[in-house]
Amino acid sequence: MNTNRIIIEPGRTEQNYWRDLWLFRELFYILSWRDIKVRYKQTVIGTAWSIIRPLLTTIIFTIVFSRVAKLGEPSGAPYAIMVFAGMLPWQFFANALSEASNSLIGNANLVSKVYFPRMIIPASSIITSLVDFAISFLLLLAMMVFYQYVPDVKILLLPVFILMALAAAFGVGLYITALNVKYRDFRYIIPFIVQIGLYITPVGFSSSLVPEKWRLWYSLNPMVGVVDGFRWCILDEPMYRPGFFISVFMIVLFLWVGVVYFRKTEKSFADNI
Amino acid sequence: MSDTIITVENLSKCYIIAHEERERYTSLRDVMTRRVKNAFSFGKSSYKNPSSQEEFWALKDLNFEIKRGDRVGIIGRNGAGKSTLLKILSRITEPTTGRVTIDGRVASLLEVGTGFHPELTGRENIFLNGAILGMSRAEIRVKFDEIVAFAEVEKFLDTPVKRYSSGMYVRLAFAVAAHMEPEILIVDEVLAVGDAQFQKKCLGKMEDVSRNEGRTVLFVSHNMQALLSLCKKGIYLIGGKVETIDEINQTINSYLSQSNTFNSHDDLTSLTTALKSDEDFKLKNILFYQDSQRIFGNVVNGKEIQIEVHYELSNKLNGFRVFLDVCDPIGSIAFRSFHDEETGRHLDMEPGRYVSKVTIPADLLAPISYDFRFLFGIHNIRMTQPEEGISFRINVEQTGKYNEAYNGQYTAGMICPPLKWEVKSIN
Repeated sequence: MNTNRIIIEPGRTEQNYWRDLWLFRELFYILSWRDIKVRYKQTVIGTAWSIIRPLLTTIIFTIVFSRVAKLGEPSGAPYAIMVFAGMLPWQFFANALSEASNSLIGNANLVSKVYFPRMIIPASSIITSLVDFAISFLLLLAMMVFYQYVPDVKILLLPVFILMALAAAFGVGLYITALNVKYRDFRYIIPFIVQIGLYITPVGFSSSLVPEKWRLWYSLNPMVGVVDGFRWCILDEPMYRPGFFISVFMIVLFLWVGVVYFRKTEKSFADNI
Repeated sequence: MSDTIITVENLSKCYIIAHEERERYTSLRDVMTRRVKNAFSFGKSSYKNPSSQEEFWALKDLNFEIKRGDRVGIIGRNGAGKSTLLKILSRITEPTTGRVTIDGRVASLLEVGTGFHPELTGRENIFLNGAILGMSRAEIRVKFDEIVAFAEVEKFLDTPVKRYSSGMYVRLAFAVAAHMEPEILIVDEVLAVGDAQFQKKCLGKMEDVSRNEGRTVLFVSHNMQALLSLCKKGIYLIGGKVETIDEINQTINSYLSQSNTFNSHDDLTSLTTALKSDEDFKLKNILFYQDSQRIFGNVVNGKEIQIEVHYELSNKLNGFRVFLDVCDPIGSIAFRSFHDEETGRHLDMEPGRYVSKVTIPADLLAPISYDFRFLFGIHNIRMTQPEEGISFRINVEQTGKYNEAYNGQYTAGMICPPLKWEVKSIN
């Protein structure tokens, strides 16, 4: 009779969870807005930081991989731009992952006092990284001007790959943030993932340098597909299709596992946090 | 039209308490070391060591119904399951068994200012808090001026709330919550904060919301007066079970007659009517003072506490005495004191009104919670009603000198008088 009827039962997976998620979209906007606002309010360096960090890493990687290790770049674009085109999605992924992973613990007071679909918290925390990404992207444009490099029109497809990076970070982040509620030492894994990931993802070098027989395995790292996609858009590097599809598959898999695990443990967050 | 808005059937909630772990959370490291340990001790102990885990039923087989437009007060001692019940109804945590059916939008206010961010301004926090409580931006915009006026913070709208006084903070937070328009409003003891005048205003607002707009209100409080004035019905919980469900004054009576524990916010004068009457003796009031200020529940142990017990005797009583048991929360008596103990003999008391005053010295109480239980009786003859006495829960905060060892932390014991020690080498 009443459309607002709510039934509370143990283990009940609510059919209207996704509808609820939609109803609470305002909360999602406002939490994202809060995170962004707080982040850039507290630190003047906040903005500068999102430029300095990728810039310094790019300079170091360019020197180490191009000058010291003498690696080449297949498309003939400036090496620094190639590194930066990989650095952008990687930094974005790393930031989003750490924000999402710590989000539930960071908002413990909300979780234990108010009801809303919990997925909003990790989702909104990722948005801050999107802003950082936008700022760093301006730097990429500046570099293109500096090197007088004109990108291909394919750059318009970039949002697709941004979405991929977002999905990858969200899936893994959901899983880790849920685990984090129960096992607080899980957060120490994040810096480790980020550190290792930087080296097993083709950030400082082109993935075409990976031997052919390993490339398929290499693409099990979902960020390989994303970085390749970025370089395909920006530098017109050739795309290794099978690897790309494996990466997409891995992202979907992670996302699925993350969502399922999160939904399963969500109800007990308030008791454990 | 069916008028039942909330139906609760066989609702139970069980928490597992781990005795071993002192930490608030498990860490993966612990789990792994435990598994490894157990892997090497086959058969000796299973992973779940039964002695280290215990079930605690915060709620057990609750059944009740709430009608549309009812204002229901939920009463019970600490740990009776009130907050757990509210958490389940607000969908923050899920029940272990049972089922709740709710027909309508629920807004719950379990804490004042949930999600307020200290760095954001008052204006920004209104929108943030509103969204957290389930209001849309459009709704908040419509109510904005009303909220600001209610909270009396016009001048500080663009100041970060970290610079607000605690009173302003609470006012703003309550104002946002009070302007929600849900069908069911769930309020936990949030009025314990803020000054008396504001509390009155909040109660008035809640009354307004339910009486004039026909909302259903569920209200948890230890403040019997607030409950009496706001609610129509009451649910009294003991140990996670429904003890009484009735009209509010009946419920309060059964609560008071069973536990006689008051919150010192209560003005006893209006509540003593609920106590069992006695032919000789009538309690009027019990007041606590510290620094000549009336105190409500919270004291510091660095200063004296003065207590006044006001009562009336209708007959001449030889050997009538008031006495005080200071108990720890479990009920063990830390010490007992009689109002005639200094004189060393009975007082022969004529009919009339009396006040017995006592002072608890500074540097005696430990920084824990006590129940101050007042009992009344005629020496060697009988206890007067209320026979079980009347208790007040008093929380003591550490400001005095005391038995701290090394790190400035209170160590142990039911009282902590500073003692004189001397350490000498006797070689």
